[in-house]
Amino acid sequence: METAIFLLFAALALGSALMVVTHKSPVYATMSLVVTLFSLAVMFVLLGAPFIGALQVLVYAGAIVVLFLFVLMLLNISKEEHQHEGQTVHRWVALLGAGAFVGLVVPLIYRATQLRNAGVLTEEFVSIRGFARDLFTRYLLQFEIVGLLLLVAVVAATVVARKPPPAPSGVPGADSPVSPSLEIEP
Amino acid sequence: MQFDLLATAAKMALMLGIFILGVAPIMLWVERRMSAFMQDRPGPNRLGPLGLVQGVADAVKFMFKEDVTPAGADKPLYLMAPALALIPALSTYVVIPFGPDLTVSGKTVPLIVSTGSAGVLIFLALSSLGVYSLITAGYASNNKFSLLGGIRASAQLISYELALTVAVLAALIPAGSFYLPDVVAYQQKHLWMVIPQAIGFLVFLVAMFAETNRLPFDLPEAESELIAGFHTEYGAMRFATFFMGEYISMTALSMLAVTLYFGGWTLPFVHLTGWLGAIVGLAVLLGKVSLFMLFYVWVRWTFPRFRYDQLMRLGWKVLLPLAILNLLLVAVATLAGWFPGVG
Repeated sequence: METAIFLLFAALALGSALMVVTHKSPVYATMSLVVTLFSLAVMFVLLGAPFIGALQVLVYAGAIVVLFLFVLMLLNISKEEHQHEGQTVHRWVALLGAGAFVGLVVPLIYRATQLRNAGVLTEEFVSIRGFARDLFTRYLLQFEIVGLLLLVAVVAATVVARKPPPAPSGVPGADSPVSPSLEIEP
Repeated sequence: MQFDLLATAAKMALMLGIFILGVAPIMLWVERRMSAFMQDRPGPNRLGPLGLVQGVADAVKFMFKEDVTPAGADKPLYLMAPALALIPALSTYVVIPFGPDLTVSGKTVPLIVSTGSAGVLIFLALSSLGVYSLITAGYASNNKFSLLGGIRASAQLISYELALTVAVLAALIPAGSFYLPDVVAYQQKHLWMVIPQAIGFLVFLVAMFAETNRLPFDLPEAESELIAGFHTEYGAMRFATFFMGEYISMTALSMLAVTLYFGGWTLPFVHLTGWLGAIVGLAVLLGKVSLFMLFYVWVRWTFPRFRYDQLMRLGWKVLLPLAILNLLLVAVATLAGWFPGVG
């Protein structure tokens, strides 16, 4: 039973993740991302961490991706634009980003294979209480740093989205379609 | 194993039957009769006693109508959107307790479908997925009014979900658990959460209306500006599915409100167990939820619609700060030991 659920959602996660990067329509790609995130949440539940699974759906699928769609629909992009295709700079930057990502993931996978004798996860460790205790004691500094990072992002977004100060010639209030209050990181 | 599966299936069938599938036709009748009463006209009163069979007639009509897909619609997403409205709303009830523990052939059966420790988080996670139906319906219809409705829906639901979640969080603190039967047990033992957390309940109540797109917050389908918003291009049973989804998510959020703030299936000062407790508990939950549903209808036919900027201002500048203030007050009160039964 558990294996069947795992296989189903593993296939779903991989398939939809492929759709995210290959589909021409950004809206379909975003909806596939929702399926990927939901399937990963099911994985967390299967691993005995329903708290993380619920948060994954609540925060990522339920809030952040909705904002992606909001922006896509506000700008009304229905097909991927190909105007950047010829530019070599973009390719190099994309390659650099992909290389950095692989550089991050490969050590992680290597470490995961070295952890064979790390022991079984206990009920106490994956429970919400255990999770909260570790988060607010052992990993408090990291947790606060992440919070600070998000705050910096919010401030930066607010600065970028702010209306420019009125020009001396007096351009009457060019109202931006996105109100600044929407730029909130959940 | 087989006993557990059977028990879970029985509980799901009961909850689906009573609360979920019964609710749409009855609410359709209640809404029309009550609005008629408030406007001093008879309302639908021809079919059956008091017009009660009107819901069935409407359902039959919807089923036999022609199913049209507009030209230029994004067909897969267009067909998927009504299902996306129904599925999350239909699955949230699994974390709501509806009675005391029963003993059936020597085994204890808790009257709640999912006994996972993440409890109310599952509810919030699933209900947060409901917004995708509105967005995809708006996007896929190839209609600018639908698109505007979808955009409004995405911004509105995100804004109010935050306040709703913070209010829920505060309501969980005294019981110290995400698992809703613990919250109900705390309230039965001490007091209903609405008394110490009136601010939190107020925030929850307002956010509840916004989350279910009901007046005064039905901006995604504001008929005077957007025709019918995100479901302008839907007809026949697909439109009826959106309708059902709305009523079912109203019921689900009412159940959550009752469970968090009004003692769930329990009555104050009365402790019932066993089968009698189960039947009375179910009736009590049904009664409390019905009051909330009547309140929904009452508000809808009383208040005018908000303007979009007012809606955003209320969400971000009033409700969210209020919810955070309430969370802070509850946390301080809990640490100071003002809540009974909290060490």
